Amino acid sequence: MSTIIFLILFPFAVALALLVLKTDAARDMIVKVASIVIAAASVYLAVQYFGSGGEYFDFESETITYLMIGIETLLGVMIFYLGIKYKKYVASILAAIQTPVMLFFELGIGHSIHAANNLYVDRLSIVMVLIIGIIGTLICWYSIGYMKDFHHHHHEEPDRRPRFFFLLFLFLSAMFGIVVSNNLLWLYFFWEITTVCSFFLIGFTKTPEAIKNSFRALVFNMLGALGFTLAIVILGKYYGIMELNQLLAMGAMGVSVVLPVALLAFAGITKAAQMPFNSWLLGAMVAPTPTSALLHSSTMVKAGVFLIVKLSPVLGWNLAGVMVMLVGGITFLMASFAAISQSNAKRVLAYSTVANLGLIVACGGIGTYAAVWAAIMLIIFHAVTKSLLFLCVGTAEHNIGSRDIEDMDGLFGRMPKLATFMIVGIAGMFLAPFGMLISKWAAMKAFIDSGNVLLVMMIIFGSAATLFYWTKWLGKMVAIMAKQENIQQNVHKEEWLVLTSLTVLTVVICLVFPVMSSFLVVPYLETIYSSVATLALSSGNMYIMSAMLALVVLLPLLFYGKTSKRIVPIYLAGANLGDDLTFRGSMDKEVSVSLKNWYMDDYFAEKRMNLIGVIATVVVLVTVFSILLGGVL
Amino acid sequence: MNLTTSIIGIAAYLILAPIAGGLLAGIDRKISARMQGRFGPPILQPFYDFFKLLEKEPITVNRVQDFYVMCFFIFIVITGCLFFAGGDLLLIIFSLTLASIFLVIAAFSSNSPYAQIGAERELLQMMAYEPMVLITAVGFYILNGSFNISDIVSSQVMGIQYLPGIFIGFVYILTIKLRKSPFDLSMSHHGHQELVKGLTTEFSGKTMAVIEIAHWYENIFLLGFVYLFFANSLAWSPVLAVVVCLATYFLEILIDNSYARMKWQFAINASWIVAITFGFVNLLVLYFIS
Repeated sequence: MSTIIFLILFPFAVALALLVLKTDAARDMIVKVASIVIAAASVYLAVQYFGSGGEYFDFESETITYLMIGIETLLGVMIFYLGIKYKKYVASILAAIQTPVMLFFELGIGHSIHAANNLYVDRLSIVMVLIIGIIGTLICWYSIGYMKDFHHHHHEEPDRRPRFFFLLFLFLSAMFGIVVSNNLLWLYFFWEITTVCSFFLIGFTKTPEAIKNSFRALVFNMLGALGFTLAIVILGKYYGIMELNQLLAMGAMGVSVVLPVALLAFAGITKAAQMPFNSWLLGAMVAPTPTSALLHSSTMVKAGVFLIVKLSPVLGWNLAGVMVMLVGGITFLMASFAAISQSNAKRVLAYSTVANLGLIVACGGIGTYAAVWAAIMLIIFHAVTKSLLFLCVGTAEHNIGSRDIEDMDGLFGRMPKLATFMIVGIAGMFLAPFGMLISKWAAMKAFIDSGNVLLVMMIIFGSAATLFYWTKWLGKMVAIMAKQENIQQNVHKEEWLVLTSLTVLTVVICLVFPVMSSFLVVPYLETIYSSVATLALSSGNMYIMSAMLALVVLLPLLFYGKTSKRIVPIYLAGANLGDDLTFRGSMDKEVSVSLKNWYMDDYFAEKRMNLIGVIATVVVLVTVFSILLGGVL
Repeated sequence: MNLTTSIIGIAAYLILAPIAGGLLAGIDRKISARMQGRFGPPILQPFYDFFKLLEKEPITVNRVQDFYVMCFFIFIVITGCLFFAGGDLLLIIFSLTLASIFLVIAAFSSNSPYAQIGAERELLQMMAYEPMVLITAVGFYILNGSFNISDIVSSQVMGIQYLPGIFIGFVYILTIKLRKSPFDLSMSHHGHQELVKGLTTEFSGKTMAVIEIAHWYENIFLLGFVYLFFANSLAWSPVLAVVVCLATYFLEILIDNSYARMKWQFAINASWIVAITFGFVNLLVLYFIS
């Protein structure tokens, strides 16, 4: 248990230290040491509880309860004040509703309910702790170099790096809290902290756009938190429970817990940036890139899907489950379509995140053994691959001055190492034999078995769109342009270290996934589900996949870039002037070649895709909650 | 299907597929010529062309293109082997996607305008046919309770009885996969079109020969999909299935010669509409009766 407490408190202590210490040398040192310690502690926790089927700890303390109530109230007051200061009154109103309700409940009914176990660790927690502890700290490490450049690029502004690193480590602390809290009040507390952290991280640059987007994220997440609050109040008042495991046990015994579960799932949906709330995550990219990497891969949105996966045994074919699977499915489809129309690399990544989270959410909604297996695998693979891609884009942006995919022409010549990492990342997101595809395969099979034809169609069409937008980006990466100057020596060595680690991790994790599956995910599922179904991937298919992976890794190592042929200029619309970039056109004019991707705006215009997705998901949410609340009243 | 039959299937595919594929291409050219009132080349012409390509001067536009084309070839052959070994349909589809991506990447890597337009169009074609291909796999799975081809061909029921809509949809997108007009958008060799050779503009000599033979391999196992709709445990069903495969190929030649090429918008609209009407409705009915 002490490791759990350490994982929550240590990053917090580091965060405070980073807030106070202002020198570069001290910060670099502390971030590096702390990252290693946190990653090591995460691994230690994993080893410690590896064999256990889930352990609960009471860890009761009046002081902690009051401390949490105090901090929550302070945060509420602060949000209320900031909302008024920046004239974002919705945030103030939400804070004014939520904070008193929570305060009243916690001091009243909540106080009388005895929570037997406040903390727990099971194998799903272990998976999440490893993701947060390893991917999260890698991102912190990367930020050291990145934020130096960032400060250099924005030197007219005050140095806000102490605050930035404070928020990063606070975020990690809160995330650890979320994945080990059994007491819903504790979970809610950490949940709120991540909301506030992301609010400040998104608004980091304090530009009008950043402030606007940070408030949007805040308001959407507070809507979710309102659902969370209501769920807690209902659970406390009508069911007399305050613990997550009791809620799941009640559901398993056949007690109808649909309303509180739907409310909690709603909170998960907002946090996982599902439609209709996806715009907050798109807006979050105004922040420095490590923030996006953190929000998209190991924290924030993963808290949302974690809660839904946690609830999945009580979802399935009930109203809450149908709501979750439809919202997830629609989001996957529409976000995949919208990604086609984007040329900004970070926006493509953001839509891809929203889409993949949609897939995870839909799997959680189905709630069968195979679906949850796919969901957990998606969480793992997505965390690694997406953080790699975000950090690659961040490095590219600082060195070529743009995050637009169209400006990444000939990146292979300019920054070969970075382009290679990006190619691995992109391939990892959608191609066989990499992890995301394996999980998507399992998800597809789970969808088919669940008998939800509509969901099957969504994954089928969404996958076709996924293929299109990733490959056209991949095309830009592999294009060989003549006479490019190599500019990659300017990249910080911290950045290289992290990018290399993540690239290696992307490949290695595909190799060891059968091990992860049989030692972490399957044992977890066995404690949740009494009947153990067969998995989507037979061992035969797993071997074939591994062989394909070996082939995909070995072939380039052996044969890439080797040719004995004579190299000739490419064919252009007139006489090639020899550099493959200009030709002599009609009227003897020199014409330069520029190649652009397809965006198919007539089909997949971002606005239209969002509009359709938002309308469809709002209809789903409103219908489900009308029926549920109608039943109560 | 046990290991022995799997190995026989793979060996037969590796040796016979290029021969059958080349012959099919030769017959295709002959029939097309007759439809157009020409005499046409000898049936073996595709093989003559293939050997001629091998003798061309070895040139390339960059160091990496040939590597990608080689990967394309390897994964097409692997896909076909998985198919004829009785493997998992979804695995086969994903492996085919990987192979196709390598071809697209090879074209992109040249950074040549014509190749890139071809590559983008090829991607569009992939996006157009992918849903219907996946729906086909889903249909077989619901019907037989397994994605394995070995289970599908030894099933008691004949696929076509329950999957007529999916069959129509599959034959429709087969026109794209076999690179037939009106959907030969990305690498048509017809001189009267605005984009000639497209994707393959920058390939020559041996590389081009590899692409040719890869297509022969590919066409044979695409017809294998058609075969699945008719083959079951009955002894005479394989004969029927092969006859239907040939008839389907003839139908594709007929379509090729009777339609002018359409715009890419038509390709994607039509494919997706067909997938939703024929494919989705067929799936719904299948869920309803099973």
